[in-house]
Amino acid sequence: MERNLTLIALFAALIAALGLVPKLTLISGVPISAQSLGIMLCGTVLGAKRGALAVLLFLALVALGLPLLAGGRGGIGVFSGVTMGYLIGFPVAAFVTGLLAQMWRDRGGFIFPAVAALIGGVIVLNVLGIIGMSIKLDKTLMEASLLATPFVPGDVLKCVLAGLITQGLLKARPGLAQA
Amino acid sequence: MKPRCVNGGRAMISLISERRTPYHGWPAGPKLLGLSLFTLAIFYMDGVPLSLTVMAAVCAAYLVGGLGFAREGLRLMRPVLVFVAMIMVWHLAVGRIPEGVVIVLRLLAAIAAANLVTLTTRMEDLLDVIQRGLARIGVPATARRRFALSIALVIRFTPVLVQKGGLLVESWRARTVKRPGWRLVLPFALMAIDDAEQTAEALKARGGLL
Repeated sequence: MERNLTLIALFAALIAALGLVPKLTLISGVPISAQSLGIMLCGTVLGAKRGALAVLLFLALVALGLPLLAGGRGGIGVFSGVTMGYLIGFPVAAFVTGLLAQMWRDRGGFIFPAVAALIGGVIVLNVLGIIGMSIKLDKTLMEASLLATPFVPGDVLKCVLAGLITQGLLKARPGLAQA
Repeated sequence: MKPRCVNGGRAMISLISERRTPYHGWPAGPKLLGLSLFTLAIFYMDGVPLSLTVMAAVCAAYLVGGLGFAREGLRLMRPVLVFVAMIMVWHLAVGRIPEGVVIVLRLLAAIAAANLVTLTTRMEDLLDVIQRGLARIGVPATARRRFALSIALVIRFTPVLVQKGGLLVESWRARTVKRPGWRLVLPFALMAIDDAEQTAEALKARGGLL
Protein backbone atom coordinates (compact mmCIF):
# COMPACT_ATOMS: atom_id res chain seq x y z
CA MET A 1 0.00 0.00 0.00
CA GLU A 2 2.72 2.44 1.00
CA ARG A 3 4.72 1.20 -1.94
CA ASN A 4 1.92 1.84 -4.42
CA LEU A 5 1.31 5.30 -3.01
CA THR A 6 4.95 6.30 -3.25
CA LEU A 7 5.30 4.80 -6.73
CA ILE A 8 2.29 6.72 -7.94
CA ALA A 9 3.62 9.91 -6.38
CA LEU A 10 7.10 9.40 -7.80
CA PHE A 11 5.81 8.73 -11.30
CA ALA A 12 3.74 11.89 -11.07
CA ALA A 13 6.96 13.66 -10.06
CA LEU A 14 8.69 11.97 -12.99
CA ILE A 15 6.17 13.41 -15.46
CA ALA A 16 6.85 16.83 -13.99
CA ALA A 17 10.60 16.34 -13.96
CA LEU A 18 10.68 15.18 -17.58
CA GLY A 19 9.14 18.48 -18.53
CA LEU A 20 11.49 20.49 -16.32
CA VAL A 21 14.95 19.04 -16.84
CA PRO A 22 16.51 21.16 -19.58
CA LYS A 23 18.57 19.74 -22.38
CA LEU A 24 16.68 16.50 -22.21
CA THR A 25 15.78 16.63 -25.86
CA LEU A 26 14.91 13.17 -26.98
CA ILE A 27 16.93 13.18 -30.19
CA SER A 28 19.62 15.64 -31.16
CA GLY A 29 18.29 19.03 -31.95
CA VAL A 30 14.61 18.18 -31.94
CA PRO A 31 12.77 19.84 -29.09
CA ILE A 32 10.24 17.10 -28.46
CA SER A 33 8.84 17.33 -24.98
CA ALA A 34 9.66 14.28 -22.92
CA GLN A 35 6.58 14.83 -20.81
CA SER A 36 4.17 12.68 -22.82
CA LEU A 37 6.79 9.96 -22.68
CA GLY A 38 6.25 10.11 -18.92
CA ILE A 39 2.51 9.62 -19.44
CA MET A 40 3.18 6.53 -21.56
CA LEU A 41 5.60 5.14 -18.98
CA CYS A 42 2.99 5.50 -16.25
CA GLY A 43 0.82 3.13 -18.26
CA THR A 44 3.45 0.70 -19.45
CA VAL A 45 5.22 0.36 -16.11
CA LEU A 46 2.57 0.92 -13.45
CA GLY A 47 -0.37 -0.53 -15.30
CA ALA A 48 -3.84 0.87 -15.88
CA LYS A 49 -5.05 1.83 -12.40
CA ARG A 50 -1.80 3.04 -10.82
CA GLY A 51 -0.72 4.70 -14.05
CA ALA A 52 -3.95 6.65 -14.40
CA LEU A 53 -3.78 7.69 -10.73
CA ALA A 54 -0.25 8.97 -11.21
CA VAL A 55 -1.35 11.09 -14.15
CA LEU A 56 -4.41 12.38 -12.29
CA LEU A 57 -2.20 13.33 -9.38
CA PHE A 58 0.07 15.23 -11.75
CA LEU A 59 -2.93 17.06 -13.21
CA ALA A 60 -4.21 17.87 -9.72
CA LEU A 61 -0.93 19.60 -8.97
CA VAL A 62 -1.10 21.52 -12.23
CA ALA A 63 -4.64 22.60 -11.37
CA LEU A 64 -3.47 23.73 -7.94
CA GLY A 65 -1.26 26.27 -9.66
CA LEU A 66 2.12 24.60 -10.11
CA PRO A 67 3.78 25.35 -13.46
CA LEU A 68 4.55 21.72 -14.23
CA LEU A 69 3.30 21.40 -17.79
CA ALA A 70 5.93 21.51 -20.51
CA GLY A 71 6.72 25.14 -21.12
CA GLY A 72 6.15 26.06 -17.50
CA ARG A 73 2.40 26.21 -17.83
CA GLY A 74 0.06 25.61 -14.94
CA GLY A 75 -3.07 26.65 -13.10
CA ILE A 76 -6.70 25.94 -13.87
CA GLY A 77 -6.40 28.09 -16.98
CA VAL A 78 -4.72 25.31 -18.92
CA PHE A 79 -7.92 23.29 -18.65
CA SER A 80 -9.74 26.10 -20.44
CA GLY A 81 -7.10 26.28 -23.11
CA VAL A 82 -6.77 24.80 -26.55
CA THR A 83 -4.99 21.69 -25.29
CA MET A 84 -7.71 20.80 -22.78
CA GLY A 85 -8.63 17.68 -24.77
CA TYR A 86 -5.07 16.45 -24.40
CA LEU A 87 -5.08 17.11 -20.67
CA ILE A 88 -8.29 15.15 -20.24
CA GLY A 89 -6.77 12.54 -22.52
CA PHE A 90 -3.61 12.10 -20.43
CA PRO A 91 -5.11 9.88 -17.71
CA VAL A 92 -7.26 8.04 -20.26
CA ALA A 93 -4.15 7.41 -22.38
CA ALA A 94 -2.26 6.10 -19.36
CA PHE A 95 -5.20 3.85 -18.47
CA VAL A 96 -5.60 2.35 -21.93
CA THR A 97 -1.85 1.96 -22.32
CA GLY A 98 -1.74 0.28 -18.92
CA LEU A 99 -4.57 -2.11 -19.73
CA LEU A 100 -2.84 -3.29 -22.89
CA ALA A 101 0.59 -3.41 -21.28
CA GLN A 102 -0.78 -5.54 -18.45
CA MET A 103 -2.49 -7.85 -20.93
CA TRP A 104 0.74 -8.36 -22.82
CA ARG A 105 3.05 -8.34 -19.80
CA ASP A 106 4.13 -11.92 -20.10
CA ARG A 107 5.43 -11.39 -23.61
CA GLY A 108 8.86 -9.95 -23.11
CA GLY A 109 10.59 -7.49 -25.37
CA PHE A 110 9.88 -3.88 -26.15
CA ILE A 111 7.39 -4.19 -29.00
CA PHE A 112 4.36 -4.92 -26.87
CA PRO A 113 4.74 -2.00 -24.45
CA ALA A 114 5.54 0.15 -27.49
CA VAL A 115 2.31 -0.86 -29.21
CA ALA A 116 0.40 -0.33 -25.96
CA ALA A 117 1.89 3.16 -25.80
CA LEU A 118 0.95 3.73 -29.43
CA ILE A 119 -2.68 2.78 -28.99
CA GLY A 120 -3.12 4.60 -25.70
CA GLY A 121 -0.59 7.39 -25.83
CA VAL A 122 -0.92 8.32 -29.50
CA ILE A 123 -4.24 7.16 -30.92
CA VAL A 124 -6.54 7.59 -27.92
CA LEU A 125 -4.75 10.72 -26.73
CA ASN A 126 -4.86 12.41 -30.11
CA VAL A 127 -8.52 11.51 -30.64
CA LEU A 128 -9.40 13.23 -27.38
CA GLY A 129 -7.01 16.10 -28.05
CA ILE A 130 -8.48 16.68 -31.50
CA ILE A 131 -12.04 16.61 -30.16
CA GLY A 132 -11.01 19.18 -27.56
CA MET A 133 -9.41 21.47 -30.14
CA SER A 134 -12.40 21.13 -32.42
CA ILE A 135 -14.70 22.28 -29.60
CA LYS A 136 -12.44 25.07 -28.35
CA LEU A 137 -11.60 26.48 -31.78
CA ASP A 138 -15.04 25.87 -33.29
CA LYS A 139 -13.60 23.83 -36.11
CA THR A 140 -14.49 20.53 -37.72
CA LEU A 141 -12.68 17.43 -36.55
CA MET A 142 -10.90 17.31 -39.90
CA GLU A 143 -9.58 20.84 -39.47
CA ALA A 144 -8.55 20.17 -35.89
CA SER A 145 -6.64 17.03 -36.88
CA LEU A 146 -4.48 19.13 -39.17
CA LEU A 147 -3.22 20.90 -36.06
CA ALA A 148 -2.36 17.61 -34.41
CA THR A 149 -0.60 15.98 -37.36
CA PRO A 150 2.86 17.59 -37.08
CA PHE A 151 3.31 16.08 -33.65
CA VAL A 152 2.48 12.51 -34.56
CA PRO A 153 5.93 11.41 -35.85
CA GLY A 154 7.49 12.58 -32.60
CA ASP A 155 4.83 10.73 -30.66
CA VAL A 156 5.48 7.50 -32.54
CA LEU A 157 9.17 7.83 -31.68
CA LYS A 158 8.20 8.25 -28.03
CA CYS A 159 6.27 4.97 -28.17
CA VAL A 160 9.37 3.11 -29.27
CA LEU A 161 11.34 4.77 -26.50
CA ALA A 162 8.62 3.92 -23.99
CA GLY A 163 8.87 0.30 -25.06
CA LEU A 164 12.64 0.22 -24.72
CA ILE A 165 12.65 2.01 -21.38
CA THR A 166 9.87 -0.17 -19.99
CA GLN A 167 11.71 -3.29 -21.06
CA GLY A 168 14.84 -2.00 -19.31
CA LEU A 169 12.97 -0.97 -16.17
CA LEU A 170 11.12 -4.24 -15.76
CA LYS A 171 14.32 -6.17 -16.30
CA ALA A 172 16.12 -4.09 -13.67
CA ARG A 173 13.24 -4.13 -11.17
CA PRO A 174 11.06 -7.15 -11.88
CA GLY A 175 8.70 -6.57 -8.95
CA LEU A 176 7.58 -3.25 -10.36
CA ALA A 177 4.70 -4.58 -12.38
CA GLN A 178 3.06 -6.19 -9.35
CA ALA A 179 0.51 -3.85 -7.85
CA MET B 1 21.72 32.18 -18.75
CA LYS B 2 20.79 30.27 -15.65
CA PRO B 3 20.25 26.56 -16.30
CA ARG B 4 16.67 25.77 -15.47
CA CYS B 5 17.49 22.64 -13.56
CA VAL B 6 19.01 24.77 -10.82
CA ASN B 7 15.56 26.27 -10.38
CA GLY B 8 13.83 22.93 -10.07
CA GLY B 9 12.73 24.12 -6.69
CA ARG B 10 11.16 27.21 -8.20
CA ALA B 11 8.80 25.12 -10.30
CA MET B 12 7.25 23.83 -7.10
CA ILE B 13 6.24 27.32 -6.09
CA SER B 14 2.73 27.95 -7.26
CA LEU B 15 1.86 30.64 -9.75
CA ILE B 16 0.13 32.80 -7.16
CA SER B 17 1.10 36.43 -7.47
CA GLU B 18 3.13 38.03 -4.73
CA ARG B 19 1.36 41.30 -5.35
CA ARG B 20 -1.53 41.52 -2.94
CA THR B 21 -4.89 42.17 -4.62
CA PRO B 22 -8.44 42.32 -3.22
CA TYR B 23 -9.01 38.90 -4.76
CA HIS B 24 -6.33 37.36 -2.54
CA GLY B 25 -8.63 37.74 0.42
CA TRP B 26 -11.66 36.13 -1.18
CA PRO B 27 -12.36 32.52 -0.16
CA ALA B 28 -11.34 29.92 -2.70
CA GLY B 29 -14.66 28.06 -2.95
CA PRO B 30 -16.76 30.98 -4.19
CA LYS B 31 -13.96 32.02 -6.54
CA LEU B 32 -13.97 28.59 -8.16
CA LEU B 33 -17.75 28.55 -8.36
CA GLY B 34 -17.79 31.97 -9.95
CA LEU B 35 -15.15 30.85 -12.42
CA SER B 36 -17.15 27.75 -13.41
CA LEU B 37 -20.28 29.83 -13.99
CA PHE B 38 -18.33 32.41 -15.96
CA THR B 39 -16.66 29.76 -18.13
CA LEU B 40 -20.01 28.13 -18.82
CA ALA B 41 -21.57 31.47 -19.74
CA ILE B 42 -18.71 32.29 -22.11
CA PHE B 43 -19.40 29.13 -24.04
CA TYR B 44 -22.65 30.71 -25.21
CA MET B 45 -21.04 34.02 -25.99
CA ASP B 46 -21.70 35.18 -29.51
CA GLY B 47 -21.07 38.22 -31.66
CA VAL B 48 -18.12 40.57 -31.67
CA PRO B 49 -19.60 43.39 -29.51
CA LEU B 50 -20.53 41.06 -26.64
CA SER B 51 -17.21 39.25 -26.82
CA LEU B 52 -15.30 42.52 -26.74
CA THR B 53 -17.32 43.68 -23.74
CA VAL B 54 -16.67 40.50 -21.82
CA MET B 55 -12.96 40.63 -22.63
CA ALA B 56 -12.83 44.25 -21.54
CA ALA B 57 -14.48 43.28 -18.26
CA VAL B 58 -11.85 40.61 -17.68
CA CYS B 59 -9.08 43.12 -18.40
CA ALA B 60 -10.70 45.58 -16.00
CA ALA B 61 -10.79 42.86 -13.35
CA TYR B 62 -7.03 42.46 -13.75
CA LEU B 63 -6.41 46.19 -13.60
CA VAL B 64 -8.17 46.29 -10.23
CA GLY B 65 -5.11 44.49 -8.97
CA GLY B 66 -2.81 47.14 -10.33
CA LEU B 67 -0.71 47.55 -13.46
CA GLY B 68 2.07 45.25 -12.28
CA PHE B 69 -0.44 42.53 -11.51
CA ALA B 70 -2.06 42.97 -14.92
CA ARG B 71 1.36 42.55 -16.53
CA GLU B 72 1.83 39.29 -14.64
CA GLY B 73 -1.50 38.16 -16.01
CA LEU B 74 -0.33 39.01 -19.49
CA ARG B 75 2.84 36.97 -19.01
CA LEU B 76 0.77 33.99 -17.99
CA MET B 77 -1.15 34.29 -21.25
CA ARG B 78 1.93 34.07 -23.41
CA PRO B 79 1.67 30.37 -24.37
CA VAL B 80 -1.83 30.98 -25.75
CA LEU B 81 -0.71 33.76 -28.07
CA VAL B 82 0.75 31.27 -30.54
CA PHE B 83 -2.65 29.68 -30.97
CA VAL B 84 -4.32 33.07 -31.19
CA ALA B 85 -2.01 34.02 -34.04
CA MET B 86 -2.70 30.75 -35.86
CA ILE B 87 -6.45 31.11 -35.49
CA MET B 88 -6.46 34.70 -36.75
CA VAL B 89 -4.27 33.82 -39.72
CA TRP B 90 -6.63 31.01 -40.64
CA HIS B 91 -9.71 33.16 -40.35
CA LEU B 92 -8.09 35.98 -42.28
CA ALA B 93 -7.20 33.52 -45.03
CA VAL B 94 -10.74 32.13 -45.35
CA GLY B 95 -12.31 35.56 -44.88
CA ARG B 96 -14.29 34.72 -41.73
CA ILE B 97 -12.85 37.40 -39.52
CA PRO B 98 -15.70 38.14 -37.07
CA GLU B 99 -16.01 34.43 -36.35
CA GLY B 100 -12.29 34.26 -35.67
CA VAL B 101 -12.43 37.25 -33.37
CA VAL B 102 -15.22 35.68 -31.31
CA ILE B 103 -13.37 32.36 -31.04
CA VAL B 104 -10.19 34.09 -29.94
CA LEU B 105 -11.94 36.33 -27.41
CA ARG B 106 -13.87 33.38 -25.97
CA LEU B 107 -10.64 31.47 -25.54
CA LEU B 108 -8.75 34.40 -24.04
CA ALA B 109 -11.54 35.38 -21.66
CA ALA B 110 -11.92 31.84 -20.31
CA ILE B 111 -8.20 31.35 -19.81
CA ALA B 112 -7.64 34.81 -18.36
CA ALA B 113 -10.48 34.37 -15.86
CA ALA B 114 -9.10 31.00 -14.75
CA ASN B 115 -5.62 32.49 -14.45
CA LEU B 116 -7.04 35.25 -12.29
CA VAL B 117 -8.10 32.61 -9.77
CA THR B 118 -4.70 30.90 -10.01
CA LEU B 119 -2.88 34.20 -9.48
CA THR B 120 -4.87 35.10 -6.39
CA THR B 121 -5.48 31.81 -4.59
CA ARG B 122 -3.11 29.88 -2.37
CA MET B 123 -2.48 26.25 -3.15
CA GLU B 124 -3.38 25.31 0.43
CA ASP B 125 -6.77 26.98 0.10
CA LEU B 126 -7.48 25.20 -3.18
CA LEU B 127 -6.50 21.91 -1.57
CA ASP B 128 -8.91 22.61 1.28
CA VAL B 129 -11.75 23.14 -1.16
CA ILE B 130 -10.89 19.88 -2.91
CA GLN B 131 -10.75 17.99 0.38
CA ARG B 132 -14.08 19.40 1.50
CA GLY B 133 -15.60 18.52 -1.85
CA LEU B 134 -14.25 14.99 -1.61
CA ALA B 135 -15.70 14.65 1.89
CA ARG B 136 -19.05 15.90 0.68
CA ILE B 137 -19.26 13.26 -2.04
CA GLY B 138 -18.46 10.58 0.50
CA VAL B 139 -14.78 9.87 -0.03
CA PRO B 140 -13.56 8.25 3.24
CA ALA B 141 -11.09 10.08 5.46
CA THR B 142 -8.36 7.50 4.88
CA ALA B 143 -8.51 8.07 1.14
CA ARG B 144 -8.49 11.83 1.64
CA ARG B 145 -5.41 11.55 3.87
CA ARG B 146 -3.67 9.44 1.23
CA PHE B 147 -4.48 12.06 -1.38
CA ALA B 148 -3.03 14.81 0.80
CA LEU B 149 0.06 12.73 1.47
CA SER B 150 0.58 11.96 -2.21
CA ILE B 151 0.36 15.67 -3.06
CA ALA B 152 3.00 16.38 -0.45
CA LEU B 153 5.19 13.58 -1.81
CA VAL B 154 5.09 14.87 -5.37
CA ILE B 155 5.92 18.38 -4.20
CA ARG B 156 8.75 17.01 -2.12
CA PHE B 157 10.25 14.82 -4.80
CA THR B 158 9.95 16.76 -8.05
CA PRO B 159 12.81 19.18 -7.31
CA VAL B 160 14.94 16.27 -6.09
CA LEU B 161 14.32 14.42 -9.36
CA VAL B 162 14.98 17.53 -11.41
CA GLN B 163 18.24 18.05 -9.59
CA LYS B 164 19.30 14.44 -10.02
CA GLY B 165 18.28 14.62 -13.66
CA GLY B 166 20.49 17.64 -14.03
CA LEU B 167 23.37 15.71 -12.50
CA LEU B 168 22.78 12.83 -14.91
CA VAL B 169 22.91 15.26 -17.80
CA GLU B 170 26.13 16.77 -16.47
CA SER B 171 27.85 13.44 -15.97
CA TRP B 172 26.75 12.35 -19.44
CA ARG B 173 28.22 15.48 -20.99
CA ALA B 174 31.44 14.95 -19.09
CA ARG B 175 31.82 11.66 -20.90
CA THR B 176 30.65 12.34 -24.43
CA VAL B 177 29.98 15.08 -26.93
CA LYS B 178 26.77 13.38 -27.97
CA ARG B 179 23.61 15.12 -26.82
CA PRO B 180 22.02 13.70 -23.70
CA GLY B 181 18.84 12.13 -24.83
CA TRP B 182 16.52 9.27 -24.36
CA ARG B 183 19.23 6.98 -23.00
CA LEU B 184 19.15 9.01 -19.82
CA VAL B 185 15.47 8.40 -19.20
CA LEU B 186 16.05 4.82 -18.11
CA PRO B 187 18.54 5.58 -15.30
CA PHE B 188 16.44 8.60 -14.46
CA ALA B 189 13.31 6.51 -14.03
CA LEU B 190 15.26 3.88 -12.08
CA MET B 191 16.35 6.58 -9.64
CA ALA B 192 12.75 7.67 -9.20
CA ILE B 193 11.65 4.11 -8.55
CA ASP B 194 14.39 3.46 -6.01
CA ASP B 195 13.52 6.72 -4.26
CA ALA B 196 9.91 5.57 -4.11
CA GLU B 197 10.88 2.26 -2.54
CA GLN B 198 13.01 4.01 0.06
CA THR B 199 10.21 6.40 0.92
CA ALA B 200 7.76 3.52 1.21
CA GLU B 201 10.11 1.83 3.68
CA ALA B 202 10.38 5.03 5.68
CA LEU B 203 6.60 5.39 5.75
CA LYS B 204 6.18 1.80 6.89
CA ALA B 205 8.77 2.32 9.58
CA ARG B 206 6.74 5.24 10.83
CA GLY B 207 3.63 3.18 11.25
CA GLY B 208 2.36 2.98 7.72
CA LEU B 209 -0.50 4.78 6.10
CA LEU B 210 -3.05 3.80 8.76
